[in-house]
Amino acid sequence: MGNFLPSTENQRAEMMRAVGVSSVGELYADIPAQMRQKAVEAVASMPNGVSEFEALDQMKALANKNHVFGAIFRGAGAYWHHIPAVVSRIAAKEAFVTAYTPYQPEISQGILQTIFEYQTIFCELTGMSAGNASVYDGATAAAEAAAMCRERSRTKTLLAGGLHPDAMETVQTYCYGADAPCAVLPNNGGRLDLNALKTALDDGVASLILQSPNYFGVVEDVFAIAELVHAAGAKLVLSMNPVAMALLLSPAELGADVAIGDGQPLGIPLSFGGPYLGFMACKQDMIRKLPGRIVGQTADAQGRRCFVLTLQAREQHIRREKASSNICSNQALCALTAAAYCSAMGPQGMREVARACYDNAHYLADELGKIKGFELAYPGAPFFHEFVTKTPVSAQNVLRLLEQKNILGGLPVEGGILWCATERNTRAQMDALISAVKEAIA
Amino acid sequence: MKLSFERSVAGRRGVLIPKTAVPSARLDGALLRKAPLRLPELSEIDVSRHYSELEQQVYGVNDGFYPLGSCTMKYNPALNEQVASLEGFTGIHPLQPAETAQGALEVLVYAKERLCTLVGMDEMTFQPAAGAHGEFTGILLIKRYHESRGDCARKKIIVPDSAHGTNPATASMAGYTVVNIPSAPDGTVDLSALCANVGPDTAGLMLTNPNTLGIFDKNILEITKIVHDAGGLCYYDGANMNAIMGAARPGDMGFDVVHLNLHKTFSTPHGGVGPGAGAVGCKVILAPFLPNRLPVRNADGSIGLLDPEQSIGRMKSFYGNFLVVLRALTYITMLGGDGLQEASETAVLNANYLRVLLEGELPAANEGFCMHEFVVSLEALKKETGVSAMDVAKSLIDAGMHPPTMYFPLIVHEALMFEPTETEGKETLDAAASAVKSILARAKTEPEALHAAPVTTPIGRPDEVGAARNPILRYDFMEAAK
Repeated sequence: MGNFLPSTENQRAEMMRAVGVSSVGELYADIPAQMRQKAVEAVASMPNGVSEFEALDQMKALANKNHVFGAIFRGAGAYWHHIPAVVSRIAAKEAFVTAYTPYQPEISQGILQTIFEYQTIFCELTGMSAGNASVYDGATAAAEAAAMCRERSRTKTLLAGGLHPDAMETVQTYCYGADAPCAVLPNNGGRLDLNALKTALDDGVASLILQSPNYFGVVEDVFAIAELVHAAGAKLVLSMNPVAMALLLSPAELGADVAIGDGQPLGIPLSFGGPYLGFMACKQDMIRKLPGRIVGQTADAQGRRCFVLTLQAREQHIRREKASSNICSNQALCALTAAAYCSAMGPQGMREVARACYDNAHYLADELGKIKGFELAYPGAPFFHEFVTKTPVSAQNVLRLLEQKNILGGLPVEGGILWCATERNTRAQMDALISAVKEAIA
Repeated sequence: MKLSFERSVAGRRGVLIPKTAVPSARLDGALLRKAPLRLPELSEIDVSRHYSELEQQVYGVNDGFYPLGSCTMKYNPALNEQVASLEGFTGIHPLQPAETAQGALEVLVYAKERLCTLVGMDEMTFQPAAGAHGEFTGILLIKRYHESRGDCARKKIIVPDSAHGTNPATASMAGYTVVNIPSAPDGTVDLSALCANVGPDTAGLMLTNPNTLGIFDKNILEITKIVHDAGGLCYYDGANMNAIMGAARPGDMGFDVVHLNLHKTFSTPHGGVGPGAGAVGCKVILAPFLPNRLPVRNADGSIGLLDPEQSIGRMKSFYGNFLVVLRALTYITMLGGDGLQEASETAVLNANYLRVLLEGELPAANEGFCMHEFVVSLEALKKETGVSAMDVAKSLIDAGMHPPTMYFPLIVHEALMFEPTETEGKETLDAAASAVKSILARAKTEPEALHAAPVTTPIGRPDEVGAARNPILRYDFMEAAK
């Protein structure tokens, strides 16, 4: 029905005459007849096309089968933040949405400059010297970082036990591909077990991938870990929530060699898990090991400042099988969104969001802690906007009741429930959650 | 134009965040960030105008003809964006209970069922975020398959030299040795080269069909048979799927696994290089190895998420670029099976029409019909006039269109690759052909002018060598302060 084909029947006939065929089918002469027949039957077995409004109705019906919760206290890798309207409008701008890779810099300065600004913003947040134009998400950023740290004699990747399980599994899958060893280190009290780290750090270790605040919300002792890792000659890859970077010590200040993470909290909707944004930034000496697209500043013959895709000699279309990564398309529109978000918030707004996350999460933890059985699972450990509480009854019972009250509660994890609060959670929402939890155990 | 940082005014605020109504929590000073956070300080109108100005220096599909070969820059239906902004899709958390996200899971299952039918596969994952990511997923499936059979000596992947660069890069990432085999001049597989290179060490073959010269390899059944007889599997790079919907299915060609670039063939936008989606479909023999959290129909009709027993693991967080899959499903729903077939047929007709229009001045690199794209070589023009494929491409910018892909595939010298797609009308193709012809004529009379193109753009050709030699990858605050 909808077909988006502008040529009229007359024009098509004219074009066929020019090409010298009487039917379009003749153009497929190289396809074996039986193969063609099967393909024709296959499309005939699919539903026929429908009008735009019928398609819209069908898709709306699917959207309506999903429940959008009135308040969300679940994070675990996807965070409910306010998205300023101006950011959504910028991200929907037609030319940004429909353009391709900026291979022709003369007509792509808008995209190239947004990426250059994005790279600068993430250097500022992480404290690093350079970053790339993005990778698929935080989990693949971890996997790419593991690859960029591997050297001939150092191939092993260590994964801190507090790394997000999806990131952990993704790194393991990429390592399986590269035939490179990879080991998960245990936690102790919600944080990386430093004794286990010491034992694991031999001269075959290329990097440790650490997340802080970690999956359980706990801020790791990154200084001590960085010291151990560097003393063993390995690199420290630190995954961090970019909102936390506005308030807490940055990855560079903490001694990381590579900073990674997921940029979703910066203006990108939850959207059932994607598209999100993987960011990667590193120190000066590792720049040429960064995977993916990188934008650099240069000038044209008249000396006008401009931007281009650069350091392409690292990439697949030049180096083919010798490339360090095969990444080609990344998440440019999400990177643009995150940059627009940071620009709309400014340094003060970013700090205020981070501080509101921190204060709300600590209020929630305090109030939950007053309910018998909901004490913090890792008392005394510093946290940002996520934390685990114990639960005196089955987590499912508590969460089901919250869902009936239109609240998406925390995520059941080992040791209890992993809660999250952001600037988007009002005090009224938190107080409603507290009374519902009390009701659930009454 | 100014960078956002250069528009910054100290103390200016954009979006305001209300004070929280909870007490301020104690925060250990030792944890606090020390370095200043030098983000731009802008008001909302500054941000808005900044991006409006940037947008004016971007060429999108809605700005004009975009025949970028291998990239399928078709029109992105407006409905796609409207559907992808429905709160019922954007507002759902990936880890909320499956029973509260059945609509989203149905999107994945419907898209999977329709795309499997279209390409002749049995199962599909949407976890990969892009074409290259799909390739990596597919090659890992092949690796796990051989291992599951104890067939561990298969260490090589065969890739023709006309392939996309991602193919050999992917095989390397998956731990394989790449065997590059020469192609016939039209980019098709050289059967004797293939036969000479398959053997007990062959894990598989990666192939694009139609190939990167826009030619459908008519020996395809023999090719896949040669690989299968040697014990290898066949990987289909779906970058060129827009040529053959309803005309040929990779599954019927003998391929075992395929990736589809949903942002190309299925009209979800490219976003200035992502987000895309690289759906990976496979035959039943590879299904046990698919990534975790595979959406499947339960016996009661509901949809759940399954971790296949011998899964390769996980390619990224959650379920992939969900909103991209959603746009693709919207498009597939609107077009239907009949419309998809018509789309491919028209893409092939448009490419052949443009090819014929240019034939007199710029014959395609190979004779006969092409599929959805074709490649021309400007080697002769360069010898005669000194005008290169790059010069012609840059001159086309001045003529108001996006240039075709340059210098690819590598086996054609001074290559330009045109892929008009089906969503362009006859008069656009006529105008593009005239523009190319007039540039070719100028090449003979005023080659210097073409070396200087483009001249109508905000900047001229940038110094790319300088950019790589002395990388400036971020704004320099210190330099600016001087």
